[in-house]
Amino acid sequence: MKMHTYPRTLLALALALGLATTGLQAAEKIVLGAAVSITGKYSTNGKNTKDGYDLAVKRVNERGGVKVGDKTYELEIVYYDDESTPARGAQLAERLIEQDKVKFLLGPYSSGLTKAIAPVTEKYGVPMVEGNGAARALFAQGYKYLFAVLSTSEQYLASAVTLAAEQAEKAGRKPDSVKVAGVFENDPFSQDVRAGVLDDAKKYGMKVVIDDKLPPEINDMSPSLTKVRAVKPDILIVSGHAKGAALAINQVSEMKVDVPMLALTHCDSAKVIEKFGKAAEYTLCATQWDRGLSYRDDWFGTAEEYAQLFEKEFDYAPPYQAAESTAAALTFVDAFQRAGSLDPDKVRDALAATDMQTFYGNIKFDATGKNIAKPMVLYQVQDGEFRVVAPTKWANAKLRHPTPSWSQR
Amino acid sequence: MDSLQLLFDAPILNVQLLLDGLLVGAIFALAAYGMALVWGVMNIINIAQGEYVMLGGFVAVLLADAGIHPLFGVPLAIVLLYALGWALYRTIVFRVVDRDLFISILATFGISILLQQLANQVFGADVRTAEGGMGTLFLFDGMVTVGWVKVLACAVALLTGVALWLFLKYSRLGQAIRATAQNARAARILGIDTDRVYAATYALNAAICGAAGALVAMIWIIHPYLGLAFTLRAFVIVIVAGLGNLLGVVVSGLGLGAAESFAGFVFGVEFQAAFTFSLLVVILVLRSRVLARSRRYLK
Repeated sequence: MKMHTYPRTLLALALALGLATTGLQAAEKIVLGAAVSITGKYSTNGKNTKDGYDLAVKRVNERGGVKVGDKTYELEIVYYDDESTPARGAQLAERLIEQDKVKFLLGPYSSGLTKAIAPVTEKYGVPMVEGNGAARALFAQGYKYLFAVLSTSEQYLASAVTLAAEQAEKAGRKPDSVKVAGVFENDPFSQDVRAGVLDDAKKYGMKVVIDDKLPPEINDMSPSLTKVRAVKPDILIVSGHAKGAALAINQVSEMKVDVPMLALTHCDSAKVIEKFGKAAEYTLCATQWDRGLSYRDDWFGTAEEYAQLFEKEFDYAPPYQAAESTAAALTFVDAFQRAGSLDPDKVRDALAATDMQTFYGNIKFDATGKNIAKPMVLYQVQDGEFRVVAPTKWANAKLRHPTPSWSQR
Repeated sequence: MDSLQLLFDAPILNVQLLLDGLLVGAIFALAAYGMALVWGVMNIINIAQGEYVMLGGFVAVLLADAGIHPLFGVPLAIVLLYALGWALYRTIVFRVVDRDLFISILATFGISILLQQLANQVFGADVRTAEGGMGTLFLFDGMVTVGWVKVLACAVALLTGVALWLFLKYSRLGQAIRATAQNARAARILGIDTDRVYAATYALNAAICGAAGALVAMIWIIHPYLGLAFTLRAFVIVIVAGLGNLLGVVVSGLGLGAAESFAGFVFGVEFQAAFTFSLLVVILVLRSRVLARSRRYLK
């Protein structure tokens, strides 16, 4: 449960071995391994990931631990800092498996890191459940030991396209008259988002009028926004992690670009409401999870109860990155109990057969290991708060549409 | 090439792009100004340029978070970054001043990584902005919109440039800096404390970048890893302008901003950087042609 640096790990390992031989061990433990980004550019989300895992471990151990067969185990996680670099992540995964003899891995933060680690866990036949790698390429490799509890990235903003189509019909227009503008960062995640958006736009026969790629070191998107002003799309979709979201709202409001619907990813990590206040109103944001959703499970209760517990523990509201990490750990617990064994292959098979509801959402994996039971959620910023507006089944607010022009806001 | 067609159909877009580009270019010019200074005087290519911009940005962000208008971040960043530049010179940079260019690139590269990671530790990797809430300037019936903050940033950038030019021309330290740049050994013989001049130059550069960074934080976004974009642009600008040509730096800074703005519109933002660097190659090839010709005349 603590961060290990190398020398300290060796020490801890030596101590653990010493303890094992003297037979002083208390309750038996299931050790999970995880490389998370404590330093480097993903450090914020890396911390969310770790906090999510830690909360799951704490709750499960408090509630009597994991029953496997007729034995009860406590959970423990060995962490390493992957420094937000994929190569390091792969190294550490190898280290966890080879040296620390960890038989189960929790995922790192980000698709890039997951992509680097998955081949390692696959090679050793170590099951990995992750909640923070959404790139769809991860599930096209035929991996057998990789399971993801989150929705894959091409689903992030596809629902926004559907919403635009619905709104067009409501206004008495055909969905195929909708003009879509997209600005996507040139990285695997956002390009997946783009693929999903383009697929859906095609399904409705919509015209994609702008399809720009932002370089990863983006710090200005005014040329794209000038284009938006010229071609007047019905919906503008921007995906570029937190900086894309911050830039989009910042520059759309500064340049006073009028667009009826603006949909983004990563609004919550960009803290758009705190940062931009009124300028963020009406913005649609994709999210994996929201505390207002009506899912529940036996460990944490409802999503809201989870959120409150998390706040008490860590002094900040849980972003979805934390929730999906907790869900990943819970998925393991469920699989251990159903497998009735700690044999990696039996656990893998149990994972593959997972079908449950957690506070985070329903979890059921398809043959490629991705979760097909949980839809993405779309927020809208309404009166300084995120409100769920889509999918309609879980919505707790009505969509405000269209966004009024800047001169009337 | 639909985008190109748009420019002809709606000529007003050209004005928007040009203004955006020029205003942004002024900030690039500021960072490049400092780089040219350090390069010219100390023969050091400062790779940590962008990190000073980033730190200056965080000064403005922290002020904004504390409820103070981020515009005050400009003078504060100048003071703080001057001190930092001075300290870094006294601890690290002075060791590489008279050494091979390659050594100084390595040293400043090291500084840049260090500052990046420290910023990441201290401020976190989150994307931050310093909202000035200054409103928008509408031109041509609202067809062209420019944030006041951009106009202001451009003015501050140009003012800083002029102040720097006056400083170099008329102040004693400025004259010493120029003398050292011309011939360090001769300057030393004439009683100029070149070590002090170097320290002041390096610190001055950090201060200028800090000011640029505070402006960047108000216009765009700040995060610990944005430095490289500014280092590269500063580099391109200095290369195009040539060393010791401060007016040239301003002009090519503005030009680069405008070129990027149009390239982003016509070819798509993903080719912005590619366009800039291709332009650099073209300019270098042309320039070497011109120089070769003048060398021929000299013979």
